[in-house]
Amino acid sequence: MRGFAAGLAVLVLLSWASAAEENIATLRGAAISDSPDPAPMAGVVNKDLRQVRNYPEQPPTIPHSIRDYQIDLRSNKCLTCHSRTATGESQAPMVSITHFMDREGQFLASVSPRRYFCNQCHVTQSEARPSIENTFEDIGSILSRLRRK
Amino acid sequence: MSFFGFARDVGSAIRRPSATFSLGFLAFGGFVAGIVFWGAFNWALELSNTEAFCVSCHEMRDNVFEELKGTIHYTNRSGVRATCPDCHVPHEWTNKIARKTAATKELWGKFFGTISTEAKFTAMRRELARHEWARLKANDSLECRNCHDLAFMDFTLQGKRASEQHDRFLASGEKTCIDCHRGIAHKLPDMSGIEGWN
Ligand code: HEC
Ligand code: HEC
Ligand code: HEC
Ligand code: HEC
Ligand code: HEC
Repeated sequence: MRGFAAGLAVLVLLSWASAAEENIATLRGAAISDSPDPAPMAGVVNKDLRQVRNYPEQPPTIPHSIRDYQIDLRSNKCLTCHSRTATGESQAPMVSITHFMDREGQFLASVSPRRYFCNQCHVTQSEARPSIENTFEDIGSILSRLRRK
Repeated sequence: MSFFGFARDVGSAIRRPSATFSLGFLAFGGFVAGIVFWGAFNWALELSNTEAFCVSCHEMRDNVFEELKGTIHYTNRSGVRATCPDCHVPHEWTNKIARKTAATKELWGKFFGTISTEAKFTAMRRELARHEWARLKANDSLECRNCHDLAFMDFTLQGKRASEQHDRFLASGEKTCIDCHRGIAHKLPDMSGIEGWN
């Protein structure tokens, strides 16, 4: 009996593994034992058009190239355009007030240390075609679908 | 005195044995030596004006050169690149000599160890960078403009941020390249207190 259960488990595992292997093969476009040429790297979207946020708390994506923009203890390139005082010249949107808040909700005079490393939250987008289709649905469209019913 | 008489006098003066060498030999020798030294000087100048020379000392190779490698001035789609002297040494001869003289101070820095380790270099970096900014500010970013000519920039092909800034501040002469494009080739030093960086 125990032998049978163990055999079954192995069978299940094996079939799961082969299913997984097929899945992987479809994602990377080749069997797991092959090493196909990597797809060319997709370029960074640099259209300078601000993107719609998928939900209100989302850090907006960066609509411009950030090649070689240094962010470390010595300097922060992003703030040369996005800081409060820089926006007059740069015409960039100012970092929002949440960036000045410490974790107690106190407003500091300048960007809070926990918001200093911008690309911890903000990322550029690339022109790559997604390997798996995204089924995320915006709350707005869910609500209007429900309302229509 | 006839012309021939004058020529003969001069001729004999040149041929007349001086203490050890004839004047003609001295003049000619001086001339040749002049060429040789001038050539050697310019040759040394040219030799020291190559990237290979700049990065032959480890301070430059391990810090600034390493950093340059990832940037657009080292690797890009067109394969045109900028070498150290393209950005750091003026093209005209007099300016070049002036910069070389200043560079000797940096060599001093090497031999007496003010920048001999990475930590020391990092500490000196702000100072060195400020010299370069001041120089480029004073010459209206001449070295950048040797390659990038505003007159041939097609703003319609540039990104929106680039064309707007160039249109507002560069074309009007209000700012120069280095005011906005710091740290394009190397890592920046501590920028606290420097205008525009907060
Ligand atoms: C040269 C000035 C400049 C620099 C440097 C810069 N930005 Fe921007 N940024 C802009 C401008 C201008 C916009 C408005 C859209 C556009 O023109 O691209 C923008 C838009 C954005 C947005 C979109 C805001 C929104 O509401 O959708 C984000 C996020 C952003 N930048 C983040 C960054 C980060 C992070 C960095 C540093 C890695 C950075 N930016 C560096 C000028 C700059
Ligand atoms: C901890 C995550 C986090 C970090 C770090 C962070 N941001 Fe944000 N950022 C957000 C979120 C979330 C939003 C959207 C909600 C908001 O405004 O707080 C946002 C909004 C923005 C906006 C749009 C503001 C507006 O009013 O349209 C800009 C511009 C921006 N951030 C720039 C920056 C820059 C520049 C830095 C680095 C100095 C930075 N952010 C660091 C999370 C972050
Ligand atoms: C030897 C010629 C040369 C010199 C000198 C030079 N550049 Fe460049 N620069 C280039 C080339 C080549 C590119 C890349 C062109 C391409 O393929 O897009 C470039 C690209 C750039 C870019 C575009 C960056 C990007 O991410 O798109 C900027 C900004 C720039 N240079 C600024 C400067 C500044 C500022 C200086 C002076 C300190 C300077 N350059 C000196 C040749 C030069
Ligand atoms: C007022 C500020 C300012 C000045 C002055 C300025 N630039 Fe720019 N430049 C920008 C901004 C902002 C961008 C776009 C963001 C980036 O590349 O970081 C840019 C982008 C560029 C690019 C890339 C073009 C593109 O489409 O992104 C080149 C090349 C360039 N600058 C060269 C120069 C040269 C050469 C000078 C001096 C003759 C100069 N810039 C002066 C602000 C400036
Ligand atoms: C595209 C132009 C460019 C090229 C190429 C370039 N530099 Fe620089 N360099 C600069 C600028 C601009 C500065 C001023 C500081 C800054 O903005 O990063 C600088 C600063 C420096 C400094 C002062 C310390 C510092 O980091 O600020 C040293 C040393 C230096 N460069 C050495 C080199 C050497 C060696 C090479 C060749 C491997 C080189 N540079 C290539 C533009 C360039």
